Amino acid sequence: MLVDIRKESFNAYREILSYQESQNFSGEYGATASFVGSMRDFNEDRKVTSMTLEHYPGMTEKHLNAIAREATEKWRLLDVLILHRIGKVTIGEDIVVVASWSAHRKEAFESCRSMMEQLKSSAPFWKKESTTSGSKWVEKNTPGI
Amino acid sequence: MQVSIKYFASLRELIGEASVTIDIEENTTVHDLWMEIIRRKNIEFDNVMMTVNMEYVKSERQLIAGDEVAFFPPVTGG
Repeated sequence: MLVDIRKESFNAYREILSYQESQNFSGEYGATASFVGSMRDFNEDRKVTSMTLEHYPGMTEKHLNAIAREATEKWRLLDVLILHRIGKVTIGEDIVVVASWSAHRKEAFESCRSMMEQLKSSAPFWKKESTTSGSKWVEKNTPGI
Repeated sequence: MQVSIKYFASLRELIGEASVTIDIEENTTVHDLWMEIIRRKNIEFDNVMMTVNMEYVKSERQLIAGDEVAFFPPVTGG
């Protein structure tokens, strides 16, 4: 299980591959589900140029670890990966990746979706968008279900 | 007794500080503390989220000395 908060830009797909290879469990999993969230250049009809992600040091790490651990208790999973950016994020950069590995697709799909929705609704991160006309805190996330 | 308070995101900007340690009465709840903060700072803030020692709590949770309380707006990560 890997949970990490990153100040530096990362490529979600390289991170999934790199973690998968480092775990040396090839042959054990038959299903990998992943969600990647990346930065758009628009939100609610506003042109966004960049954004800054704030978090609650200590609590955010603890909360993401709890989400990952609970998923491994609820579903039969081989492994779980959660990475999230903080700091200044520019257009096209990856913000979040959630991935899970299991023997069959049901556990992988369900756990990945559940972890992502929990992260969205309760992990302490806040986005502030910069636009050509100033900056603004994002007030709420769009519903995912 | 003393507790520490942290504010995040738009609430931190509205209040003008990120953290503070204050004295409160015994049996103060998180709700009591929040009411006192918005009264003292003369602010309005909807949908505040509250944690104690980095766990979400109900507003009736009673505080004890040394607690770390945090108030913040709805989370928007991911």
